[in-house]
Amino acid sequence: MLTQTEISKIEHELQQVPVKKAAVIEALKIVQQQRRWVSDENVEDIAALLGMSPDEVDSVATFYNLIFRQPVGRHVILVCDSISCWVMGYENIRKTLMELLQIKYGQTTPDGRFTLLPNACLGTCDHAPALMIDEDLYRDLNEKNIGEILDKYE
Amino acid sequence: MEAPLTSDIQPGLSLDLRAYEALGGYQALRKALQQMAPQEVTALIKESNLRGRGGAGFSTGMKWSFVPMNVKGPKYLVANADEMEPGTFKDRWLLEGNPHQLIEGMILTAYAIQATTSFIFLRWAYKEAAQVIRKALSEAYAAGYLGNNILGKDFSLEMHLHTGVGRYMCGEETALLNSLEGKRAVPRAKPPFPQISGLFGHPTIVNNVETLCFIPHIVNKGAAWFQSLSRTGDGGTKIYGVSGRVNKPGAWELPMGVTMRELLEDYAGGMQNGYRFRGALPGGASTDFLTADHLDTPMDFTAVAAAGSRLGTGTMVVLDDQTCPVGFVHNLEHFFAQESCGFCTPCREGLPWTEKILYALEQGHGTEEDLVQLEMHTHLLGPGNTFCALAPGAMEPLQSALKYFREDFEQHVHEKKCPYGNHTH
Repeated sequence: MLTQTEISKIEHELQQVPVKKAAVIEALKIVQQQRRWVSDENVEDIAALLGMSPDEVDSVATFYNLIFRQPVGRHVILVCDSISCWVMGYENIRKTLMELLQIKYGQTTPDGRFTLLPNACLGTCDHAPALMIDEDLYRDLNEKNIGEILDKYE
Repeated sequence: MEAPLTSDIQPGLSLDLRAYEALGGYQALRKALQQMAPQEVTALIKESNLRGRGGAGFSTGMKWSFVPMNVKGPKYLVANADEMEPGTFKDRWLLEGNPHQLIEGMILTAYAIQATTSFIFLRWAYKEAAQVIRKALSEAYAAGYLGNNILGKDFSLEMHLHTGVGRYMCGEETALLNSLEGKRAVPRAKPPFPQISGLFGHPTIVNNVETLCFIPHIVNKGAAWFQSLSRTGDGGTKIYGVSGRVNKPGAWELPMGVTMRELLEDYAGGMQNGYRFRGALPGGASTDFLTADHLDTPMDFTAVAAAGSRLGTGTMVVLDDQTCPVGFVHNLEHFFAQESCGFCTPCREGLPWTEKILYALEQGHGTEEDLVQLEMHTHLLGPGNTFCALAPGAMEPLQSALKYFREDFEQHVHEKKCPYGNHTH
């Protein structure tokens, strides 16, 4: 069940668009903001609210890279794996992260602290390599400062 | 040297409304609303020869002129701020540093096409930009630059910030419109072009951030001034960037038509110690490599095209002599294969195939036949065979790598390993 807060936020979005379906991405963002990911049940609830079929909602949800259809950790690490970062040493950053966290891409640490994901170009190529944790951007990375960055997140 | 888009931007700061107005901000809007008919704004931009800075380089004024002026119902304007072309980091500078410049450019554009609703389609990753734009929008509403009867005139405009949820396809204008409508970001058939039937079926203009930011300056100073900024026939300044193994990677606003050599040596400070220049993608991931032989090419739309590539976004990614060209292209094709929307078959099937072949080459499992296959794909996925420009763009670095770095590809086959010892994901 969606919470009253989620429903009222989605209803606010519905007033901005000419057809209900057009609010589906906003609805998915709202739900994910509250719960960190979007479950099958959430997809069904959004569908009911917007007059869509659950499959239709899911086809949109699964299209976009940043809508999570599986549970994620308390913090999501997005590692830029695009060309400038790759040239500037992305592979060492990836290796260091995987060693420190003992997980691979797409996995979450057993304590639920971090989920590790690759991500396309973060648009900060003059400060490569780069990554984001939640809303925070980290640039000019090297293997040595990764541990320190991770320590900031509980 | 004039740098109208960026000379007012202070590193790490964002110009608020008061600072922007103190620098002459919103004077162009006053001028246009008081002295110019919408069609005159379009004519001025056409005359300036401003070409779209998102990559395609289409005449901005021409694009606007396709919008029917005497139709009933809403018209829309969208700022494409979904910067996601690998190697590109130019719009971030404009968005974070001077949001009102974009907003004023959008209001002027909306006035020219008589749009009443506008959107800034912003990439999710640009969190800081989202914050400054939200603040700037509320300032602009409070000051009467947005909303009903702007500056007391018979012109009203709503402006909304839409933050995306991550997909390269959203940069393609018709896919962007689908995404704004809450759909999967797949491209639409053209015609009809968005100028006739765009967002929710209404006339719509989609322009890049850098393009829109020029509009207030052209309205203030005129078409001849804009032309005079450039060294070549393509008007204006351009934000150029360089990334890779150079001493001072960065972005600079320079006269259109500076050469690759000037960018590399004078601005980016040359190659890092111990690295040699082998080539560069002049304008992002989906442009053909140029090599040392092309370093004196002026970086404008016409000259880069004549050299066999595209100006694209004007942000150059450098390939050095210690980075494997096959691994480099593998990284690019991995990106394109992942970001293909899957809507048309050649792109959906062909891109993963090229990625797999390049991976096999890197792992030492490549054959001569693989090189033939790669070559074949550059034709099969080329212009005219796919629904949008994603796959043809993906083939540009591959086809030029096969041409300029052929011996590297062959070495991978013959030595059954990557001679650079590079790894790939």
